[in-house]
Amino acid sequence: MEQSSVDAIKAHPRYRELVQSRRRFALTLTGIVLVIYYGFILTIAFAPSLLGTPVAAGAVTTIGIPIGILIIVSAFLLTGIYVIRANGRFDALTKALQEDLQ
Amino acid sequence: MIRLSRMGIGLALLTPVVLMAAPAISGAMERQATNWTAIWMFLVFVAATLGITYWAARRTHSAKDFYTAGGGITGLQNGLAISGDFMSAASFLGISGLVFASGYDGLIYSIGFLVGWPVIMFLIAEQIRNLGKYTFADVSSYRFGQTQIRTMAAVSSLVVVAFYLIAQMVGAGKLIQLLFGLEYWMAVVAVGVLMMVYVIFGGMTATTWVQITKAVLLLSGATFMAVAALAAFDFSPEEMFRQAVETHPNGLSIMAPGSLVTDPINAISLGLALMFGTAGLPHILMRFFTVPDAKEARKSVFYATGFIGYFYVLTFIIGFSAIVLLAQNPDFFNPAALAADGSVIKDQLVSGLNGGTNMVAIRLAEAVGGNLFLGFISAVAFATILAVVAGLTLAGASAISHDLYASVIARGRSNEGTEIRISRIATFCLGLVAIALGIAFESQNVAFMVGLAFAVAASANFPVLVASIFWQKMTTRGALAGGLAGLISAVVLTILSKAVWGDVLGHTAIVDGQEVAVGLIGLNNPAIVSMPLAFFFIWIVSLLDNSERAKQERLAFEAQHVRCETGIGAEGAVEH
Repeated sequence: MEQSSVDAIKAHPRYRELVQSRRRFALTLTGIVLVIYYGFILTIAFAPSLLGTPVAAGAVTTIGIPIGILIIVSAFLLTGIYVIRANGRFDALTKALQEDLQ
Repeated sequence: MIRLSRMGIGLALLTPVVLMAAPAISGAMERQATNWTAIWMFLVFVAATLGITYWAARRTHSAKDFYTAGGGITGLQNGLAISGDFMSAASFLGISGLVFASGYDGLIYSIGFLVGWPVIMFLIAEQIRNLGKYTFADVSSYRFGQTQIRTMAAVSSLVVVAFYLIAQMVGAGKLIQLLFGLEYWMAVVAVGVLMMVYVIFGGMTATTWVQITKAVLLLSGATFMAVAALAAFDFSPEEMFRQAVETHPNGLSIMAPGSLVTDPINAISLGLALMFGTAGLPHILMRFFTVPDAKEARKSVFYATGFIGYFYVLTFIIGFSAIVLLAQNPDFFNPAALAADGSVIKDQLVSGLNGGTNMVAIRLAEAVGGNLFLGFISAVAFATILAVVAGLTLAGASAISHDLYASVIARGRSNEGTEIRISRIATFCLGLVAIALGIAFESQNVAFMVGLAFAVAASANFPVLVASIFWQKMTTRGALAGGLAGLISAVVLTILSKAVWGDVLGHTAIVDGQEVAVGLIGLNNPAIVSMPLAFFFIWIVSLLDNSERAKQERLAFEAQHVRCETGIGAEGAVEH
C-alpha cells in the first residue's frame, strides 16, 4: 500500500471511529471472558466447596454444574455478540470507508 | 487414575495427557481380540477419505490450493474443521474418562480448553486473516526482518508440532491396539502412511474435508450416545447424578472440584497455557487462511466455539452416565474387580475397568448401542486421530516450505512449483519422522509433550503474534528476544518440572513414606513464568532498540495497521 493512501485512510474520521469502537468493544468482551474464567479458576483454587453447594435442599446436583455449563454457553454467546456487532456495524463502517476512498 | 490425581494439577490437567498417562498407569496392556465390525467401519471411512483426497488432488494446483484450500472454505465448514482439530481422540476419550474417574474435575478441563476461543475471536482471528497468507509467521514477521522472525517462528512451530505429533502417534498406537486388536507398530504405520497420502496429494483441501467428515461423525456419534444414556435416566440429570453418586467410590465429592485443582499458582499457570496456547497453535492458526475474508473468519470461530462447547457438554454427560451404566455391565471389568455375586465392587469401579479409563466412552457405546455402535465409535476414534495428525503435519510442512525454504533459504526467489514440491517432500519426511518417533517412544512417558506444546505456543508464538499486531514499538530484535525467551524458558521449566524431571528422568523423593516422582521446581506448567517473560523481553529489547531498521519497522506499523483493521490489500480480499 502506498504511504499516501495509508495517510488518507488514517486521517479519515470513519477509520478512527472504526478502529476505536472495535478496539473498545473487543477489549470489553475480552475483559468479560477473563473475569468469568479466572473468577471460576480462583473459586476452584480458594473456595472449592462453594461450587459443591446443592442447587436445592435435598438435591444431588450442585450449583457448580449449572455454573460450568453457563460458562460454556457464555463463551458461545460472547463470540456470537461479537459476530453480530462486527458483521453489522463494523463491516458497514469499513464498507463506507472504502466507498469514500474510491 | 488415582495416581494421576495425586500428580496434582499441572500437566495432568491437560486432557490429552490423561489419554497418554492412563495406559502407562495400567501397565502392560492386553491386546483386545480383533474387532472386525470396527475394522470394517474404519475401512469404509478410509475409502471415503481417499475418495475425498482424490477429488482434492485434482483441485490442488497452486501453492494457495495446497496451503489454504484455495481460500474458498466457508465459515461453517471452517468452524467444523477447527472444532475437529480440537475434538481429538484425547479430548473425547480423555475427558469422558476423567469425568468417569473424578466427576466435576472433568468439566474444569473442558472449560479451560473452550475459553481460549472467545479470546482468539476478539484479539487475533480477523487480524490474522487480514495480514497473513499461508502461515502465522506471515503475520508475526509482517513488518520485521524476514530471516530472523520466520526462522524463529518456524522453529517454535516445529517444536509445537513435533511434541503434539509424538503424543498423538503414541496415543494412536496404544488406542488402536485396544480398539482394534492391531499390533502397536502396525497402528502407527497405518496412521503415518494415511496421513502422508492425505496431505501430499490433497493438501489443505483434503485435510480440511477429512477433518469436517470426522467432526460430523464424532458429533453425531457422541450425541446419540449422550441421548441414549440420558434416556436410561428418563432424561433427568438429577436422577443421573443421584445414581452416579450412589455408585461412585468417591460419593458426593464427584459433584464438586476435587483433588486435581488445589494450588492457586498452578491453577492460574495452567489456565494461561490453555487459554493463550490455543491462540498460538500453528495447525489451528493456519485454518484462518482457508476462508475468503475476515467476515468468514469470525463466523468460523463462532461455529467452532459452539460445536466445541456442545461437544464438551456431551462428554460430561457421557462420563457421568457411564459411572452408572458401566457398573451394570460386569463384563467390562477385571475378574478381580467383581464380588462373589458377579457385581462390580464399588472401590474397583475406576481401577478395575478393562483397558483403563480411556475406554469409558468406548464401553458406554457398547452398553447403549451394542456391537455395531461400538464399531462405529471405535472407527470414529481412529478417524479422529488421523484427521488431527494430518492437520499437524500440514502445519509443520508449511513452516518448512513456506517459512524456512521460500523466505529464509531461497530468500523469496523460489517459485510456487518448487515451494509446493518442498512441502510435499517435507510432509513425507515429517511422516517418516512421526512413525519413527511414534515407535521409539512406545514405552516412554509422553505425558509432558502436549503440555509442553501448549506452553510453547502460549509463550513463544502468542506474545510475538499479538505484539506484532497491536504494538507499534516492537522491533525485530524485540520480537526475537521475546520469542526466544518464551521458547527457551518454557522448554527448560518443563524439563525441570515433575513431568520430565520426575516421571521421565526418574528423580524421586520419599514423601509420607512413599517414593514419588518429583521435579526440581514445584511449577507443573511453565506459562505463568514463561509467558510474562516473553512479553517483558519484547518490551525492554524493543524500547532499547534505536537502530535505523527499528525506526523503519515502527513506521511500517501504520500501513500494517490500516490493512489489519480494514482488510484493504489483504490476501484474497475483494479488489477495490
